[in-house]
Amino acid sequence: MTAALAAAPRPAFRFRGRSFLALSLAPTLPLDGWLAELDAWTARSPGFFSNRPVILDCSTTPLDKSTLSRLVSELAARAIRIMAVEGLEAGSLPVGVPPAIAGGRDASSAEIARRSESRAPVRGGALYVEEPVRSGQSILHPAGDVVVLGSVASGAEIVAGGSIHVYGALRGRAIAGVAGEPGARILCRRFQAELLAIDGLYKAADDIDPALLDRPVQARVGDDVLLVTATD
Amino acid sequence: MAKVLVVTSGKGGVGKTTSTAALGAALAQSGQNVAVVDFDVGLRNLDLVMGAERRVVYDFVNVIQGEAKLAQALIRDKRIDTLHLLPASQTRDKDALTPEGVARVLDELRERFDWVICDSPAGIERGATLAMRHADVAVVVTNPEVSSVRDSDRIIGLLDSKTARAERGERMEKHLLLTRYDRARAERGEMLKVDDVLEILSIPLLGIVPESQDVLRASNLGQPVTVCAAATPAGRAYAEAARRLSGEAVPLSFSAERTGFLGKLFGRRAA
Repeated sequence: MTAALAAAPRPAFRFRGRSFLALSLAPTLPLDGWLAELDAWTARSPGFFSNRPVILDCSTTPLDKSTLSRLVSELAARAIRIMAVEGLEAGSLPVGVPPAIAGGRDASSAEIARRSESRAPVRGGALYVEEPVRSGQSILHPAGDVVVLGSVASGAEIVAGGSIHVYGALRGRAIAGVAGEPGARILCRRFQAELLAIDGLYKAADDIDPALLDRPVQARVGDDVLLVTATD
Repeated sequence: MAKVLVVTSGKGGVGKTTSTAALGAALAQSGQNVAVVDFDVGLRNLDLVMGAERRVVYDFVNVIQGEAKLAQALIRDKRIDTLHLLPASQTRDKDALTPEGVARVLDELRERFDWVICDSPAGIERGATLAMRHADVAVVVTNPEVSSVRDSDRIIGLLDSKTARAERGERMEKHLLLTRYDRARAERGEMLKVDDVLEILSIPLLGIVPESQDVLRASNLGQPVTVCAAATPAGRAYAEAARRLSGEAVPLSFSAERTGFLGKLFGRRAA
């Protein structure tokens, strides 16, 4: 007797960009002097660094490999866990040291002191596109919804911070909720999309029920799964 | 005022050069002064299709680089007085075309001709974008098949963004020329139907040129289709398309719908 293989549901795989606020420590030479200062500070505010992500900022004082290795282990001994190293090329970091990072911006000390909760996404108005979106064109509107009064061609893409509404055929890619908005939806009059994504959860055309082709369709996130259903 | 028309498609091999020659010849036959310009540097074909390949002395790149005057490079058609060809270079490549040079030559052509028809190369890089840059009107040549339609859509997007007209905020007049249309195959579902293509591309239809062996024959003879095969369905389709470009309202003679048994007896014969 042959057992039928049930098609295993594809696991949800999501990826997205997220920004975090981290503490930045900038060591100075000689290292022993700086570590002594650090110890004096933590003696006054014990537990300050525990559970905080810390970045080592070496942009003003480049350290060589052995000093850097030593610094990271000295900090680990003090329960200060370094997440990444700023200001040094990835190639100049020794093995066993956290990865290089770039693009840090200063933030106020008040923000650092406060344990931040999830931020409400910054919302702007909707973008209305009145012409058909042609193949190869990319509409990017992270501030809010995108409404297309026409069709979206195969090979075109719409990237919106909010929801995407297409009053026509959706033949390209629709990527909604990019600002971290899982409540965003994608709606279209005729579904022929190549890819749908909401807040990092995506499905390519192959993984979507073929019975939905050419029908008015809605996509939304429910229970951490991208649900695509007909609205007619 | 002269009109610069670009015949473009994105996809290769759909009939740009054939259409440039056919439309150019038809417009010239109606008495207008027409120059057809080959922008496919390195892979020139317009001179072959026009039957002028043995008379090419100077070419477009020579004129741009000041090595020849425009009058020296222009080749007058032997059959139609008002039709001239500016051939492309075969030995160089598209990098030899400069935006300033192209602009200068097109300005000069505009002064001497009523129509300047630019035969665009395939693709979306320099040759194609330079060919469309100064156009007033675009004819987008498309075969009724999915790759061609998507590539045409891409080109339409570029016509609306990378041309001088688009940059000035003006609309470029765009027309769809559906070529190599085979109604039987469209009915069997092997090829896209006219309505499918129009729905996807959303630009006005200039004409439907049926698939025809006359086109290849004409090409090998070095004659534009509207010259040596004017009475064939393809030749007629091109002639009507040229009249529509000139502003005439010509009803589509090529019936795209299915004809019943009686229609076959009494109706017009399709290609």
